[in-house]
Amino acid sequence: MRSNSYTLIFTTIVTVILGFFLSLAVTALKDRQILNVEIDIKKNILRSLDFAPSTENPWTPETVQSIFEDYISSIVINANGETIKGKNPADINSDEDSAMYPVYIKTMNNEIDGYAIPISGKGLWSTLYGYFAVESDGLTVKGITFYKHGETPGLGGEVEKPWFQNNFKGKKFVDNNGKLVGVQIIKGNVDETSIEAYHQVDGISGATMTTKGLNNFLMDDLKTYESFFSRIRTGGGA
Amino acid sequence: MSFLSKKSQQVLSDPLMNNNPITLQVLGICSALAVTVKMDTAVVMTLAVVAVLSVSNTIIASLRKLIPSKVRIIVQLAIIASLVILTDQILKAFMYDISKQLSVFVGLIITNCIVMGRAEAFAMQNPPWKSFLDGLGNGLGYGMILIIVSFFRELLGSGSIFGFQVVPDSFYAAGYENMGLMVLSPGAFIILGLIVWVQRIVADIEEE
Repeated sequence: MRSNSYTLIFTTIVTVILGFFLSLAVTALKDRQILNVEIDIKKNILRSLDFAPSTENPWTPETVQSIFEDYISSIVINANGETIKGKNPADINSDEDSAMYPVYIKTMNNEIDGYAIPISGKGLWSTLYGYFAVESDGLTVKGITFYKHGETPGLGGEVEKPWFQNNFKGKKFVDNNGKLVGVQIIKGNVDETSIEAYHQVDGISGATMTTKGLNNFLMDDLKTYESFFSRIRTGGGA
Repeated sequence: MSFLSKKSQQVLSDPLMNNNPITLQVLGICSALAVTVKMDTAVVMTLAVVAVLSVSNTIIASLRKLIPSKVRIIVQLAIIASLVILTDQILKAFMYDISKQLSVFVGLIITNCIVMGRAEAFAMQNPPWKSFLDGLGNGLGYGMILIIVSFFRELLGSGSIFGFQVVPDSFYAAGYENMGLMVLSPGAFIILGLIVWVQRIVADIEEE
C-alpha cells in the first residue's frame, strides 16, 4: 500500500499532464472546427433553399463556399421587416437583444427564388437549430433543415431526416385571409381531404414532445418575420 | 506475423475469434447497436475504438507499477476519457460529417465496457507491448463484428454499401422493399444473435 501523499502527487501529475495535452489539442484544432461548423451551417441554408449535392458536383468546403457566394445574398431586417442597410448577419450579436434578424436570399437568373430564415427553440431534451425557407411568394414553404439538436436518435432525432423535412415542402403557413397560421405537425398522418391539410405535416411517432416544441418555436420565429413576409406578399418587396 | 512471438500472436488473434469482446465476452453491445446502421459510421467507430483501446492499454501498462491501487480505476478512467475527448476533437476537425452522425457515441466510448475491461483485466498485469497487442486485437475484434452487422443492416435496410446503392432499381420496380426493421435497433439485435449462434457452432463452444 502506498502512502496518501504518493497517491495525491501521482494523481495531480496525471491530471496536469492529461489536461495539458487536451488543451493543446483543443486549441490547435479549434480553427478547423469552427470552419467546419460554418460550412455545415451554409450547407443547411443551401439545402433548405432546395440546393442538393450531386455525384458530379459533390459538396466540398470549397464548392459550398462558391455556391453560397454565387447564389445567396444576405440582409438583416429589423422588427418591422425593414432592411437595415450596411449590416450583414455576421454583425448580429446574439447576446444582445438587438432586434436584428438575418435573411438569406437565393437569387437564380436575376430573380429571387426564396428566403431562408434561422429557426431555433426547445424540443424535448435540447434546443434545435435549423433553417426554414420560404418561396418568393412569401407564404409557401420551400424547405426546412436542422443542423444541431440533441433529441433521441430514431425518435425526435427524425427531424433531421429527409422524409420528415420533405413533408414541409409546398405547405402554406398563411391562410386564405392572409392570417399567419404557421405549419402544424400533427399526430399521425395528414388527412389530405381535410381543409386544414394545407398547413399540416405528418408527425413522428414517439416524438410528440419534440414536434410540439417545434410547432411552437416555428410559429414564434414566423411571427418575428411576419412583417417581412407580409410585405413580400403584398408586393412591397424586400 | 513472424516478427511476433507465438504468445504475442495469440494475444492479438484470440479476441478476433475465440474470445471476441462482443460475441463471447458480450461487452460493448450498446454502441454496436447504435452505430451500425451505415457502414461508414461503423468503420470510423472501429478506428476510434482501436485507437483509444490500444493507446490506453499501452499507457496504463507502462504506468501499471506506479498507479496506486486505491485510485487505479479513476486513473484508468482519466486516461481513457482524455483519449476519447482527443479522438472526438480530431474527428470534429477532420471528419465533421461523420462525427455529426456518430454524435454522442464517440463520447460514449469512455463508458464502453471493453476499454475499461481490458485496462483492468489485462493492462494492469502485463507489459506495454503485450497490452498494446491486446488492445489492438480487442479493438479489431469489436470492429469486425461492428462491420459485419453494419454490412447486413445497410444492405437489407437501405439497399446500399458504403452509401453506394447495390440493390438495382429494377428490384424496387418489381416490388422489392428495404427492410425497415434493419434500420432500427432490433435489427442489430437479431443480426448479432445470429452471429453469436453461427460463431458458437463454428468454434464448437458449449454452454454448461
